[in-house]
Amino acid sequence: MAASMHPSIKPRVAVHKFSSCDGCQLAFLNLGEDLLALAERVELVHFAEAGPLDPDTDVDVAFVEGSVSTPEDQTRIQHIRQHSRLLIAIGACATSGGIQALRNGANHAEWVAQIYSHPEAIDSLERSTPIANHVKVDFELWGCPVSGPQILAVVNALLFGVAPRDNADKVCTECKRRNLTCVMVSHGVACMGPVTRAGCGALCPSLGRDCYGCYGPAENANTDALAAQFSHLGLAPQAIARRFQSINSQAPVFLAAAGKVRSRDD
Amino acid sequence: MTERKRSVAIHVPVLTRVEGEGALDLRIDNGEIAELRLRIFEPPRFFEKFLEGRSYTEVPDMVARICGICPVAYQVTAAQALEKLFGVELDPWARDMRRVFYCGEWIQSHSLHIHLLAAPDFFGCSSAIELARIAPDEVRRGLRIQSLGNELMDLFGARSVHPVGIRVGGFHAAPELSRIAAIREKLRAALPEAEALIRWAAGIPVPQDDQDFVSVAVQHPRDYAIERGQIGASDGLRIEAEAFDAHFAEHHVAFSTALFSTYRQQPYLVGPLARLNLNYANLPERVQVLLAETGFALPSSNLFHSLVARALEILLALHEALRLLDTYRMPDSPFVPVTPRAGVATACTEAPRGLLWHRYEMDDSGCVVNARIVPPTSQNQGRIEEDLRLSLLNFGLDQPDDALRLHCEKVIRNYDPCISCATHFLNLNVERT
Repeated sequence: MAASMHPSIKPRVAVHKFSSCDGCQLAFLNLGEDLLALAERVELVHFAEAGPLDPDTDVDVAFVEGSVSTPEDQTRIQHIRQHSRLLIAIGACATSGGIQALRNGANHAEWVAQIYSHPEAIDSLERSTPIANHVKVDFELWGCPVSGPQILAVVNALLFGVAPRDNADKVCTECKRRNLTCVMVSHGVACMGPVTRAGCGALCPSLGRDCYGCYGPAENANTDALAAQFSHLGLAPQAIARRFQSINSQAPVFLAAAGKVRSRDD
Repeated sequence: MTERKRSVAIHVPVLTRVEGEGALDLRIDNGEIAELRLRIFEPPRFFEKFLEGRSYTEVPDMVARICGICPVAYQVTAAQALEKLFGVELDPWARDMRRVFYCGEWIQSHSLHIHLLAAPDFFGCSSAIELARIAPDEVRRGLRIQSLGNELMDLFGARSVHPVGIRVGGFHAAPELSRIAAIREKLRAALPEAEALIRWAAGIPVPQDDQDFVSVAVQHPRDYAIERGQIGASDGLRIEAEAFDAHFAEHHVAFSTALFSTYRQQPYLVGPLARLNLNYANLPERVQVLLAETGFALPSSNLFHSLVARALEILLALHEALRLLDTYRMPDSPFVPVTPRAGVATACTEAPRGLLWHRYEMDDSGCVVNARIVPPTSQNQGRIEEDLRLSLLNFGLDQPDDALRLHCEKVIRNYDPCISCATHFLNLNVERT
């Protein structure tokens, strides 16, 4: 990607929201006093939750949170792409469709009718989809949620004029680095760490519990081996499929893994 | 001015400094409000539907995703509903630490709201970054308090957005004594900062805008209710969470993706001011002193007092966290074992924005058959509309459009609507004929 920004001019940055819980925007809003330092180094042109509102001006970098889930979203993401030099998708919703993509396999009209008494007024697409399904995305930061340090690392890389880096290795590598006991080997817990992308710092295993895959699939994830291991641990096929069908259910690797388990069950 | 009736349309496409997306349509005919409606257009996310078929062990991690700002409220409410159904008695350690964990979220969410979302309005600023140029010490103090709230959440959840520490039956792990000692120091150091914040908030001039409304909040005989208690109202109602449906109703209105709630066919208030109105007698002594110092009379019928209410609740949460952590000990186990059973699980707690109610129907294998979640913002939605109507009349409909819009936004921000949970903020369309 063409990463560099001219160091002497304050880069213009926008933060956009699509369907989401707002939690990835908190990676900015929870920076504490660093938020004020960030505001010195970049020009925050658009960030509705923080105040600045200007979705139409050209920016150097647009951070996009959330998934595309309404007809209006489809138009808005095109507009944002046209006005942004770099577009960075942040968080599970923007990179995989998020937890709300669990509706993708369901009967959408029936769900709407079961919750709302005026279903005709609910303008929502049948599928919740990641940003890259609609426009070119220059960089993806996975995680539910992404963390402040992940965001700052990207901003710093861009300020230094280098391409941001991301660790696509597995949560297991973070466990080893932290000297944590393997919860699966030692306690027989069905941990998603072996197929989940690093980045959180192995938070769940640090509390003695299973990783549940909120950072999405790692590179070269061997989901077949993990599904077999879950089966050895006593999980029923439906329970194994649910492990892959949670926060990042539509990430292709997890979707395929769940499909495979279910088809064997049939 | 009133002789020449204007015909005006104001359109504000996205309401800023709120969590989520919404719009307001306002039509003024002959100097009177002909139409006023708050439209929430956060795309529906169907949480209640995809919880169906999920195991009780998955529920706390999934419901957290309803809201990035108050995940703890969702996790604690869900866990407590299920614990009640399964007949689980929490260890006193876990019960106390749930409250401490929840205090962290109140501190974080309230400080974020006061400094990043609400206060800029009262200083003619469009953002906290702008406000930091004229009130740098106050904004920095607020951001430090917010960070401390996040740290308290990290302690039990390993991160503050979608924490991973809660399980049905208690917590996955207990923090070490050394970490508790360190956070106690920080909490103690924050007390004078929180007191200074209350004095600052109380000194911000706000409109006098008294209105009649019913306050609804969780109440507890001894505590300032956060994570446990019964549902109470300012008209004397006192019910268990299970009886919520018998007294409160939810309606879907076609212009919104959130459901509107009513009590006795009327809108009602939930949130910090409702809690303070009902529960101020249970505030710790030092918070009472500060309350008296502000000269703030309770119960209050002016929603513009919400800012001070949040500041007072920050001090309360700091005191409560300290009180419970002062006697901290490592538990034998951070959780008790759970055996699921079929039935209906119901619970309510006080999310930072107000009453949060959950109901789950479970099968005998511990999977969700049916879920219903009533978040605070959908309960406040009717009250916000009613408030806007009264407040605009009080403010004067012949004010310039920009002033009207700013006033509407201030009124709405008093409620700190979290539109991602209900649903999103302000497109103001004003039409005058």
